[in-house]
Amino acid sequence: MKQFKGRVVVPGSCTAEALVSPGGFNTLASYQMAIMFGDKQVKCGDQNNPDLYKKPMLGKALCLPMTIGSTTGGMVLYTVCSLGKQPACMLFSMPIDSLAASGAILGDVWTEAKMPVVDNLGEEFLEYVQTGMTVTIGEDGLVTVE
Amino acid sequence: MILTPEQQALLDGAKGEVMAKVVKTLVMYGDTFGAERMVPVTSKYGHTVISFGLKVMVPVYDIYDQLINAGLVSGQKFTADPRPVDDQVPCSFLEKIVFNKIMYTQQARFEEQMKKLGILDDDAYSCTCYLDQMGNKPQKGEVLSWAESSAVVYANSVLGARCNRNSGILELMGSIAGFVPEFGLLTDEGRKATWVVEVRCQKKPEAQLLGSAIGMKVMEEVPYVKGMEQWLGTELTDETCSYLKDFGAATASNGAVGLYHIAGLTPEAKEQGEALIKEGAQVYVIDDAELERVKANYPVIWKNPNAKPELCFIGCPHLSLEQFQSWADRIEAALRASGREKLAVTTVFTAAPAVVKALEKTPYYGKLKSYGAAISSICPLMYMNNPLCKKKAVITCSNKLRTYSTARYYTEAEILDIITGKEGQK
Repeated sequence: MKQFKGRVVVPGSCTAEALVSPGGFNTLASYQMAIMFGDKQVKCGDQNNPDLYKKPMLGKALCLPMTIGSTTGGMVLYTVCSLGKQPACMLFSMPIDSLAASGAILGDVWTEAKMPVVDNLGEEFLEYVQTGMTVTIGEDGLVTVE
Repeated sequence: MILTPEQQALLDGAKGEVMAKVVKTLVMYGDTFGAERMVPVTSKYGHTVISFGLKVMVPVYDIYDQLINAGLVSGQKFTADPRPVDDQVPCSFLEKIVFNKIMYTQQARFEEQMKKLGILDDDAYSCTCYLDQMGNKPQKGEVLSWAESSAVVYANSVLGARCNRNSGILELMGSIAGFVPEFGLLTDEGRKATWVVEVRCQKKPEAQLLGSAIGMKVMEEVPYVKGMEQWLGTELTDETCSYLKDFGAATASNGAVGLYHIAGLTPEAKEQGEALIKEGAQVYVIDDAELERVKANYPVIWKNPNAKPELCFIGCPHLSLEQFQSWADRIEAALRASGREKLAVTTVFTAAPAVVKALEKTPYYGKLKSYGAAISSICPLMYMNNPLCKKKAVITCSNKLRTYSTARYYTEAEILDIITGKEGQK
């Protein structure tokens, strides 16, 4: 068990199973097919991300360095929040990027969805956490991985 | 963030609950990145990345309805990304049903919303809004509230405008409010390079490959690229701008680059030179072998990797007029060499409506049509969202299209050989 302290971008607490993307998470490529065709498990559709490709993302603690790709990214995150298909939380090792922040904020302000977001958890966080581990976020941005 | 009394009043609800939510969204966005104030949007026009009425995106159109019903429209006219459907693109009967009856059922609703919110006109749909023919070309130093990764990186890098990589929806909110939070690429400090890329290739690197390699390496940081003078020169000619358009789109889609500097060429690099490079910047050396390595690692996800290409898209981002002319000349020569009159693969060239209109006035339009090419203003990426495309062997020289679809990437030279029948699939 290890704990990491980050910065709270969107407050909230939850416990969920980790899904880890060591590389940049392309939001549009990851979600477009799943939301387009109503995939109940919301499987990742990004063929360029071998760590996540075809893995279910719904309700997972998405652990990533940052998001990359299209500027529809924030809109996509907002949409998955509106549809109740969002991850349990998003945990960034780096400072959050503008598109992920947009999506998280749009989701927070314009929907009822709960998707806590913590950034700045550090490189060690992403080195330590593995897909399948249990992640718990506290309101203060303290992330426990076990 | 310190707000002006007027901004604070908006946040407090002086212009209603919906406007308060718009401003709250922008304030949270700024607070996340340590912005200390809002700055006015100073460009003449905005640009939105959202151009499609997708059934599953109903929550987006619901927000637009909230804005319209509250009387909130963009304070500036704006352009939008390309439309997702176009009769000029060959489609099967089944594909037409999928497009019109299943996927893009909200298109009419969406386009009506765009009119109410302030889109420039019916031809304002292209990802290359900044081309002369389209007329949405910001000036150096202007502050934008745009989204569309390829347009943002072009506006920042080639035009010297200032825009963050804003998300769809949020860019419209900036245009409605008339101000955006000042952080990142809006600041002098945020425009400094944290990577130096040394290009040591023996031949001119393919724009889409070079951009891909750099995007994957630097992610969202700002690269300062050296070693391109011999190929790109020191002036922003039409040909060079077309190269930078494709290069930038690849940096932004394969990574998250919002601004790059090319030594001796792009405006800020010309003015400030290596003073733009931050102390401690990392270095990435690119040679021909590195580009080959990057290309070889692209996954091929066709059901049959050896399938014969059946459709080719050229123009993601949309082509410039100069690129059309170049393609027409190359195809003419290649067809003559292969003894053919028509293209061997159904090929769709895509460009902004105004560029297509300009093309129609040149001999190149007739040439391309005589070879059997389709010319459209569609968004290839939106077309490829069609699930039936998974079964199709689609090829492209766009790294952006490769990233978001099952289309297979080839260099322009390889594409030319394939579509003119010089070689089968490589």
